[in-house]
Amino acid sequence: MLAFTIRRLFEAAIVMLTVALLAFVLFRFVGDPINQMVGQDTSIAEREELRERLGLNDPVLVQFGRFIWNAARYDFGISYQVKRPVTSLIAERFPATFELAITAALFAILLGIPMGVYTGIHRDSWLSKLFLSVSLVGISLPTFLIGILLIYVFAVQLGVLPSFGRGEVVRIGGWTTGLLTASGLKALILPAITLGLFQMTLVTRLVRSQMLEVLRTDYIKFARARGLSDRAVNFGHALKNTLIPVITIIGLQLGAIIAFAIITETVFQWPGMGLMFIQAVQNADIPVMSAYLLLVAFLFVLINLIVDLLYVWIDPRVRIYGREA
Amino acid sequence: MTETPTLSVRNLRIEFPTRRGTLVAVDDVSFDIAPGEVLGIVGESGAGKSLTGTAIIGLLEPPGRIAGGEIRLNGQRIDNLAREAMRPIRGKRIGMVFQDPLTSLNPLYRIGDQIIETIRTHLPMSEREARARAIDLLTEVGIQGAERRIDSYPHEFSGGMRQRVVLALALCAEPDLIIADEPTTALDVSIQAQIIQLLKRLCRERGTAVMLITHDMGVIAETANRVAVMYAGRIAEIGPVREVIKSAHHPYTRGLMGSIPSLEGTGDRLTQIPGSMPRLTAIPKGCAFNPRCPHAFDRCRTERPDLMPVDHSLAACWLVAPQTAEAPQ
Repeated sequence: MLAFTIRRLFEAAIVMLTVALLAFVLFRFVGDPINQMVGQDTSIAEREELRERLGLNDPVLVQFGRFIWNAARYDFGISYQVKRPVTSLIAERFPATFELAITAALFAILLGIPMGVYTGIHRDSWLSKLFLSVSLVGISLPTFLIGILLIYVFAVQLGVLPSFGRGEVVRIGGWTTGLLTASGLKALILPAITLGLFQMTLVTRLVRSQMLEVLRTDYIKFARARGLSDRAVNFGHALKNTLIPVITIIGLQLGAIIAFAIITETVFQWPGMGLMFIQAVQNADIPVMSAYLLLVAFLFVLINLIVDLLYVWIDPRVRIYGREA
Repeated sequence: MTETPTLSVRNLRIEFPTRRGTLVAVDDVSFDIAPGEVLGIVGESGAGKSLTGTAIIGLLEPPGRIAGGEIRLNGQRIDNLAREAMRPIRGKRIGMVFQDPLTSLNPLYRIGDQIIETIRTHLPMSEREARARAIDLLTEVGIQGAERRIDSYPHEFSGGMRQRVVLALALCAEPDLIIADEPTTALDVSIQAQIIQLLKRLCRERGTAVMLITHDMGVIAETANRVAVMYAGRIAEIGPVREVIKSAHHPYTRGLMGSIPSLEGTGDRLTQIPGSMPRLTAIPKGCAFNPRCPHAFDRCRTERPDLMPVDHSLAACWLVAPQTAEAPQ
């Protein structure tokens, strides 16, 4: 178990170093940063001095080492655009994205799994067919279109939910939350559905296909032959056996939700990291872009690590193989 | 037989409605199993052996359905019970053992938890009592150090050990009847004998009736009291195991016996029944076996024989019918 964890951590470190290299290379490909920092009338001597001060004359390897060292200490430099530390920009934006992503993920899981189990067990009922038709819509419509449709129906026509922003937020320490105010919660509904709908349909379809497969296995037949109740068979024996692939996908998708909240945040003008990233791209704000890249990679790696550890918890067979390997 | 048989199957018919008409997979199957008796069911793949077993325990999967006949357990009719009424019978009064022990156990639960779960589903026991009983059962099926092994996962057991666990699971509520569907097919030969001996001993001790489905005549000869030979969904011959093996009445049974290598046979070719069993969509008129039968005559091609008594057995063959006893052999 310990060896397994250490090996996974080692692999995670390698992935992070690779991404860091990409993020670092970003700086060197988008032209001379000095040009973007200083005005037209800055003299060449002043530019050289600035270059020296920022360490841009050092060998590339030294610069890369410094970049890693700073990143490891959670220091990504100063935003070219707003001239403030990237770290504090992220700290401002992260809670919004995080709350949106978690709500969307919960929406996807809490609705997707029961719907998947139901459609897996009652294959031919009309409700299953309805669920599957709805999920087809969720899978085939692009996110921005769903967002715009929801805005049209609930904000424009019915006027019950806000169409943009985060509503009122409460500040708790360094964290701003919209979960404690009515307007904050209301503002969360449409973006969360928009962001989570695709994931929910994915979870539904995955759980359904896994259930169909597991329900055909001998141990389910044997569990029925032992006289166990339908509930024990379906939820105890079958569902648990479907969870390994489901957790893998949910884990990957959770990363995707955070990373690709960009579109939803743009549609709803949600003040999160995605919106920040879009603005950074428009302004060629490299420090922000590279920090975002690193942060998203870090979240992916972290989630995958948790998923791997969850496998071990769910499936005893992984424990053995992990120990042997 | 004066006492009530543990299991009594009468004129069982199982159908599969399909788009191109109804397929009759099992037709007019009747047999009894007395308490403590082992009835072997043999036949080629697709003869309807497993389907009969599945129907008895009430686990036929749609669209398959029982279209006729009766199944009685200790005199009580069970084939027409509602789903919820059938559930307490499964596991409690009828235990089932499947072919492959490697896939019969849920890989994610400790074997102890699976046994305790089954015990507590059927018997009013506390967790602790059920655990003690599970340990006793595991010891009884020959698992050493059961107190320790009870907390192992299925993958930590070998195939033979797992089949022992499966037996313990099937026996845990002291059922009246065990349906063993090819219980040894997936095991290697040395383990097969152990499992068969174990099954035989446990059932003799408890007076449990056994329906032993297999295509292995050796297993039948070793274990069963009586044997039923199935062909294309019907019983071709049923009788005491010695008689069926030594002096079979039905040409199909003789063919089956001829295809078993014997130690005395010195290098002779094994006989082989020509052709293969008809598909359900194309069961021939008359006796289903007539196209492959070396003794078939006109009547076999037009009229279907029912089971007829001959010696201590019943055989569905015109050769043993009284009026055709003189027919050319």
